[in-house]
Amino acid sequence: MEGLGLFNYWIAVAIMMVGFYGVIAKRNLVKQAISLGLFQTGVFLFYITMSVYRAPDGTPGRAPVWEAILDGFTKDPGPYDNPLPHVLMLTAIVVGVSTLSVALAIIMNIKRLYGTVEADEISEIEEAIEHREEMMSR
Amino acid sequence: MDALTPHLPVLLVLTPLFGGLLAALMPRRGPAPWIWSALVTGFEVLLGLSMVKLVRQSPQETITYFIGWWPAEYGIAYEIDALNAYVILVVALLAFVSTIYAKSSVEDEIPKDRHNFFYSIWLLAISGMVGICATADTFNIYVLLEISSLTVYTLIAMGKYRDRRALTASLKYLILGSIGATFILLGIGYLLMLTGTLNMADMHEQLMLMKAEGDLAGNRTILVGFTFITVGLGLKMAMWPLHLWLPNAYTFAPSAVSALVASTATKVGVYMAFRFIFTLFGSVYDSSATLALMAFCGTLGIIVSSIRAAQATNVKKILAYSSVGQLGYIVVGFSMANESGVAASVIHILNHAVTKGAMFMACGAVVLRMGNADLKSFYGLGRRMPATMAAFTIGGLGLIGMPLTSGFISKFYLISGALHDGKWWLAMVVLAGSLISIIYVWRVLEVIYFKKPEKRAPVEEAPFTMLIAMWILASASVILGVDAELTGRLAEFAARVLIGGAT
Repeated sequence: MEGLGLFNYWIAVAIMMVGFYGVIAKRNLVKQAISLGLFQTGVFLFYITMSVYRAPDGTPGRAPVWEAILDGFTKDPGPYDNPLPHVLMLTAIVVGVSTLSVALAIIMNIKRLYGTVEADEISEIEEAIEHREEMMSR
Repeated sequence: MDALTPHLPVLLVLTPLFGGLLAALMPRRGPAPWIWSALVTGFEVLLGLSMVKLVRQSPQETITYFIGWWPAEYGIAYEIDALNAYVILVVALLAFVSTIYAKSSVEDEIPKDRHNFFYSIWLLAISGMVGICATADTFNIYVLLEISSLTVYTLIAMGKYRDRRALTASLKYLILGSIGATFILLGIGYLLMLTGTLNMADMHEQLMLMKAEGDLAGNRTILVGFTFITVGLGLKMAMWPLHLWLPNAYTFAPSAVSALVASTATKVGVYMAFRFIFTLFGSVYDSSATLALMAFCGTLGIIVSSIRAAQATNVKKILAYSSVGQLGYIVVGFSMANESGVAASVIHILNHAVTKGAMFMACGAVVLRMGNADLKSFYGLGRRMPATMAAFTIGGLGLIGMPLTSGFISKFYLISGALHDGKWWLAMVVLAGSLISIIYVWRVLEVIYFKKPEKRAPVEEAPFTMLIAMWILASASVILGVDAELTGRLAEFAARVLIGGAT
């Protein structure tokens, strides 16, 4: 049963690894950028999962503030999930979006100046440039 | 100024942050954004100096600032001690000098209507780097790290106006850098799971408690967290063999950006490594195996990248590879985990920042006058740009570690640290690295002073702002080399702060 209890962590790690594999193995720059986003999403899920709380008697935790506001802070809201990782992930999502947008902006420029977004073709072009430079410097 | 004193730690970060936002609103053309950035970074230096003065009044204490006065368990705390204040001052000084330098080079390399955005991003990058040094909150470190990294990716990509390869270099840095940052985030997550707090000192305390209760023996969570953080940091500070992003990024970035990034960005990464490995994990987690691995990577890095530097034909690339090698010295220094070794790496942070800054600046002046930084462009420049080339020469001697330059002091500390531990082979590697660096520095100096220029066309000396900036750094390199007391005492103190708690 313990393996199933860790189900969310398995999924988080699986998403992370799919993303990581994509960053390393894909030769298309846009696909690399998307995989990078996927990799970061896996980490978000990991953080969210760690915040889940279950009381020793099995009561699942709830959203901490909402329940208390609904009853006007009259009684103990009971076990609640840790809000801190959620807040952290809001920030991390913003960071992830900005990373992806900077990456896409750079890729757009690459497409404009190289005419391709395939890493192999780009490195061919760059090797040609380097070869020419070496000839020049002799 | 007195009313501001209690807020100094946060002002250090907010000044360039808001300065950067305002710079984007400046007129697009004309010198206004540059003047504004020079003012902001100059003010930053003043703040850094007063911070150092505050720290020196009570060197044993840590100055803590709670943002919004929330206590450290709930809010974000900024903590400044002897090491912080020192690194922040180094970053602020180099940012100021590079900003002065940037004027002519940015006018030449960036389109006229983009200057406000360039300086805006420039200031934001500085804000991120200072922030990493000031904060004591691990998640805040991640956020500020991403601020500084994203802006540096953008700055490097702006090299596209001169050479399109800047774009691919920047994208490579972005991908590897983001992987590194995400690894750090993941590691922080594991530590948060284990301790339930994000504040570094608090985390350390919790871990100490757990250790006292014997909960840490064979604990996988701390092992995984430590590993993710170390690999992430290795990527961020370009520790060999995780340095692949560095050479092209430094080579194709705009000259001013190369000078700023080469002298500060990786140093901040090293500072983070100090904090995580010594302050957070010190005496809690046995990191000796990792440190041994780092020493191995550092020594290989020194040798291999120095050889690569000796083969390159572009002077900027030579300097970039040499940066990886010099970083090896820093890594070797702190991997010894004794006082003299850590002091050596703290000193080398400053010394390398100063020498490499001066050299990249001289190189940028050549790019401005000759159009590129190929070895061929340097032929005979010793007669035609004497002041620039003299600064370059002083920097080069500093890289080799000649007596009377700053490089000598760091290598002296490094070798004495290695011999203190009886690791004579480390001392041998340091000496071998110096020998190879003689080769690559000499290759450049030879063409500067002993070759005839290819074309007879007259070449002007670098503009005044550039000369001032590079000579400030070159003379700093000499002063730090002659008067070792200046940095030595501070660095030894900082080393004791770091090692103090550890075994």
